[in-house]
Amino acid sequence: MAKAATKDVQTTRIAGPDFPKPYKANIDELKEFYRQMLLIRRFEERAGQLYGLGAIGGFCHLYIGQEAVVVGLQSALKKGDSVITGYRDHGHMLSLGIDPKVVMAELTGRAAGISKGKGGSMHMFSSEFGFYGGHGIVGAQVSLGAGLAFAHKYNGNDNVALAYFGDGAANQGQVYETFNMAELWKLPIIFVIENNQYAMGTSVNRASAEDQLFRRGESFRIPGLQINGMDVLEVRGAAETALEWVRAGKGPLLLELKTYRYRGHSMSDPAKYRSKEEVEQIREHSDCIEHCKALLLASGKVTEDDLKALDKQVRAIVVDAAEFAQSTPEPDPLELYTDILKGAY
Amino acid sequence: MVTEIFLPAMSPTMEEGTIAKWLVTEGDTVKPGQVIAEIETDKATMELESDDGGVVAKLMVAAGVEGVKVGTPIALIAEVGEDIQPKSSPFKGEGARLNEPLEANLVAAGKEPPLVAHPSPALADHPFQQGASITLREALRDAMAEEMRLDSRVFVMGEEVAEYQGAYKVTQGLLQEFGPARVIDTPITEHGFAGIGVGAAFGGLRPIIEFMTFNFAMQAIDHLINSAAKTNYMSGGQMGCPIVFRGPNGAASRVGAQHSQNYGPWYASVPGLIVIAPYDAADAKGLLKAAIRSPDPVVFLENELLYGKTFEVPEGDVVVPIGKARIMREGSDVTLVSYSIGVALSLEAADKLAAEGISAEVVDLRTLRPLDRDTVLASLKKTNRMVVVEEGWPQCSIASEITALVMEHGFDDLDAPVLRVTNKDVPLPYAKNLETLALVKTDDVIAAVKHVMYR
Repeated sequence: MAKAATKDVQTTRIAGPDFPKPYKANIDELKEFYRQMLLIRRFEERAGQLYGLGAIGGFCHLYIGQEAVVVGLQSALKKGDSVITGYRDHGHMLSLGIDPKVVMAELTGRAAGISKGKGGSMHMFSSEFGFYGGHGIVGAQVSLGAGLAFAHKYNGNDNVALAYFGDGAANQGQVYETFNMAELWKLPIIFVIENNQYAMGTSVNRASAEDQLFRRGESFRIPGLQINGMDVLEVRGAAETALEWVRAGKGPLLLELKTYRYRGHSMSDPAKYRSKEEVEQIREHSDCIEHCKALLLASGKVTEDDLKALDKQVRAIVVDAAEFAQSTPEPDPLELYTDILKGAY
Repeated sequence: MVTEIFLPAMSPTMEEGTIAKWLVTEGDTVKPGQVIAEIETDKATMELESDDGGVVAKLMVAAGVEGVKVGTPIALIAEVGEDIQPKSSPFKGEGARLNEPLEANLVAAGKEPPLVAHPSPALADHPFQQGASITLREALRDAMAEEMRLDSRVFVMGEEVAEYQGAYKVTQGLLQEFGPARVIDTPITEHGFAGIGVGAAFGGLRPIIEFMTFNFAMQAIDHLINSAAKTNYMSGGQMGCPIVFRGPNGAASRVGAQHSQNYGPWYASVPGLIVIAPYDAADAKGLLKAAIRSPDPVVFLENELLYGKTFEVPEGDVVVPIGKARIMREGSDVTLVSYSIGVALSLEAADKLAAEGISAEVVDLRTLRPLDRDTVLASLKKTNRMVVVEEGWPQCSIASEITALVMEHGFDDLDAPVLRVTNKDVPLPYAKNLETLALVKTDDVIAAVKHVMYR
């Protein structure tokens, strides 16, 4: 059985920041974290259904189980920061505040989709929200993300780039080429390894000689922190620490977020590589939304009814998005030939 | 015994050089391995060591004399106390300038050597280069420098572009004018820095990414195609990628198969890319300026063998439009279509054909994508015969594409089948004779023209 998400925490031998403390959220912040995680989960569940109905085609990678990672990290960003990730990107967009309707409409391949229906699940972008994809080639987003960080440094602002990649991408060569240059040039970038334990069907310890992925930057003098990615407050705490480090010009930092995806790698995953019991175990004991819910109720400031109301509100947003995504028109055939080049030659 | 020191070849393509500075004078005693001169080559300033020890009997070429051919004797080293009797050079008669430096040496003898080692014009004196006869590598450098002066978002990144002054000296002087924040040496890590370049373009900058050669860009090709070329489309027009990937492409000289490939057809097949392959210095400059200003990703394919060639370059801020071919030479009997170094072969073939009464029109494609179909088809309409000349492999080549274009849109104008004249369909060999056999040649062009002329 693969290692489940853990609360054991570790840091690298390279001098870095002190190990982060969990974020002390006020009740409004905690409610907002809960709402965002719930929105992602309900959105993804609906996307899975629409895939089953044939309304969504191709590859569709769901984020269910990993919600605390993007919500904890991205709630700490400021205007002008850049975010880039791989193909499991729906949650990253929703957490940035992008309208669920245009995300869902992209999944159904409609003109109102955020990429006009030309990108699909794996290729979504928003110049308005500083979201740079949505990349289908495993690992490409890491060097692209360092390019975004390079631009921040070149322009002399104190913005940072957040480059997410998985435990699978962590074995790609260009990741290490990028680590080298990012540290050499002290680029303002946080490398976020979303370790959901499986690269498609291959568990981390079957694919990685060093399976403690937060150590992967050590040869490049990049400090790393291993964080429980199933607790939104621990993630947010790590985000605060990492952003302070990187914004201060100390160069890149590596965060390994130990998390878990409940669904298959993509919709066509037969899931032969792990047991149902393993998934159930994590769902029951480590689920990020249930954990957050328990914190809210324990505070005494939020009631079951409050949460039911919130749930209803989130469901309505997702129903609207799904309805919109199925009724809004497909792209005009003339769109076939637009957006290939920006210039006229 | 008197030993002659010859100007050595210091790079695969070096044909001539300049003695930037003598570090010894006649009568000095030198030890084996002592540096006796600085030699300015087409790529760098290098130190020349004496293999033997002895007394400098004669300096035969003055410092500052340009265009000294490789193999020219430049100094005599005698044994201590020996009478100096220069031998006849095995290269006599080959270097046309042999006597000139000797005379110059007489004048310079015993005097301070003139210091004209760096003839490049001062970079920052004028925002735009004055009209002049300059090398293609200088034209490329001027294009980058001018655009960097105009737009602070433009920067250059690549291996050895800064402190080394460019592996092929194309970025010479840029570090000195623009500083290390805008002229950036990278580790040897093509995949990584190509991705960083594309990311920086997404982030609003205007990167110029130099590949030491396009052979090494194969390590990075995912970013050129999947990241740079496709993202604007996949984002519904949100993510433009204004980036230039440039560097030498195609065969150089005796560097073997892995360093000698023409990637024009590869990149030209990809929607979302602009692909440019200039022939002369004026185009290299004007098209590179256009490439840097383009909002789209540009693959800019240079040719190492052309870097040292001198051409007239017009004065001022001249930007050559992307996507427009040009007629290099008017003709009426046959059209030769080519690009990059193939244009030189085509022009030479046209000259020879003219002597035989055949009038060849030469079309320089300049841009491989978007391809200027109109100019190609208009020329065919005029001549009714076409030969495509390409320094590259035949299968799935630009020549194949032109041939298909003519089949689809110019069939009725054809009086003979279109012929492709290309390199042989083999990896480029190292041995001099085999390399010559493998590469496209002027005589092949002439033979093909005669074939389509039924002569």
